[in-house]
Amino acid sequence: MRPDLDIVAGMIDPGSRVLDLGCGDGALLETLMHRKSCQVLGIERDPDGFHACIARGVPVTQGDLEAELREIDSDAFDVAILSLTLQAVRHPDRVLAEMKRVAPRQIVSLPNFGHWRLRAGLALRGRMPVTPILPYQWYDTPNIRLCTLRDFESLAADTQMNIERRVLLNGNGEADRGPARLASNLLAQGAVYSLAG
Amino acid sequence: MPSGVGLVETRRTVVFDGDRPLRLASGGEVPKVEVAYETYGELNADRSNAVFICHALSGDANAAGHHEDGDPDRPGWWDNIIGPGRPFDTDHFFVICANVLGGCKGTTGPSSIDPATGKPYGLRFPLIQVRDLVTVHRALLAELGIERLLAAVGGSLGGMQAMQWAIDHPGELDGALVIAASARLSAQNIAFSAVAREAIMRDPDFNGGDYYETGKRPDRGLGLARMIGHITYLSEESMREKFGRRIQDAELPRYGFDVDFQVESYLHYQGQSFVERFDANTYLYLGRVMDYFNPFEDPIHVQHQIEAGDTSFLVLSFDSDWRFSTSHAREIAAELRLAGAPVTFREIASPHGHDSFLFPIPDYHETVTGFMGRLARQRGIAGS
Repeated sequence: MRPDLDIVAGMIDPGSRVLDLGCGDGALLETLMHRKSCQVLGIERDPDGFHACIARGVPVTQGDLEAELREIDSDAFDVAILSLTLQAVRHPDRVLAEMKRVAPRQIVSLPNFGHWRLRAGLALRGRMPVTPILPYQWYDTPNIRLCTLRDFESLAADTQMNIERRVLLNGNGEADRGPARLASNLLAQGAVYSLAG
Repeated sequence: MPSGVGLVETRRTVVFDGDRPLRLASGGEVPKVEVAYETYGELNADRSNAVFICHALSGDANAAGHHEDGDPDRPGWWDNIIGPGRPFDTDHFFVICANVLGGCKGTTGPSSIDPATGKPYGLRFPLIQVRDLVTVHRALLAELGIERLLAAVGGSLGGMQAMQWAIDHPGELDGALVIAASARLSAQNIAFSAVAREAIMRDPDFNGGDYYETGKRPDRGLGLARMIGHITYLSEESMREKFGRRIQDAELPRYGFDVDFQVESYLHYQGQSFVERFDANTYLYLGRVMDYFNPFEDPIHVQHQIEAGDTSFLVLSFDSDWRFSTSHAREIAAELRLAGAPVTFREIASPHGHDSFLFPIPDYHETVTGFMGRLARQRGIAGS
């Protein structure tokens, strides 16, 4: 499993009802089902991800997460997860508000567009950056809503979501225990946020 | 497509009789119940690979393969999904399909002889519910020595049976595949059902349901009911593509009240061929079974039942189905999830309307194959 998903898994209490928006191949949810006896649901648009979930025995709805979120009852879950997906949704503000509606706790992870390499790439080369964590060309990227950690924290505050915990990520998606803490918006490649609202 | 399972035969067995009548959910009884069924593939040693196919309103036990006296090119009604290498793979699964209670294809129903009178039941056959259909399926399984199913599967009324089975009998199904079904017919569904029922009951040959010995059957009424039903099974798109406004056997319209457009001719053909193979009373009874179906009436009870079991659900709908549209499937998924069940849901793109569940649509079959593969691996079924 991706290291950032391990961090997400560590933030979830056993027995929780968990919704994963854009759950990919269902690896995180499978782990939560088996190791933490969670009651889970994934939403995945991509047919390959959907089929991978079925093969793992992870219950999943195939569809667009923004549309599917609207179908979910308020407080139907304990935790809603959005891992490395916020940057790919059409209306991040509405998605956060909807996550808040369906679950009292939210976990959001995102790549940091404020990382110095990206800033340098744009500033010095004058080209949109292509990096391991954001590997697409600007014209065919699913990442249409890039933001910095500071941008996200500001949106979370506007949405009345409290940041209960933040784990900074290095380029491998692992917890960055180095100097990133000193200037996270410049040095961290991304972050996992545990929120409540 | 050639049949996968080849030559098959319908068998019959009496599952309720004598001092062991069928007790209905309503409290009524049917003294003797015979079931017509077919099986494909082999039951494995630990009896863990059985898949029960529940048929829809007009189906029968011949889901796959063809009979000795039948046309090999016109195999059973769900042949494209059952057989070696198909989603219900008979190399790995033991597949069972039985004509439902109330049916007219070998299982006891209103056209059967009432032992009390020695005459066909007609409308004296008791009103039945989806859970009674399941009771009879389970009695057949008991005869076959099967206590637990790898899956119960069905489209439309068949999906309703799979759903009810999972709710009423926790611990009996590893998986339930609920396809193009509804947990609650809409007012529009019931309205169409009412018109079909009226068509049959107002036919002068209906004779209060006692037409078996008069030499005249309510064919016009039943044919009309089927025509109405068929309109709801197709989508506007599939009708437009299949018929458009084309004229039957001519270039120019004949202008009149007889059949002129191709779509009219098609509907007439559907109605005519249906009356040759179906019983009007069965149509009335099974129509009512669907109208009254309401498995989530008591959500707390359903929650207890779901918690007591461990069934995984696959709920599928088709985007052009306006009889049981995706909103019906979403409602099923939402209510099962609310009760705590693991539910996978997908809407499949297809132009064929409600009938889509009968078509070999790649996304659809791939999803069913994946779900069945998962159930099989979970049970350790070899070769899957």
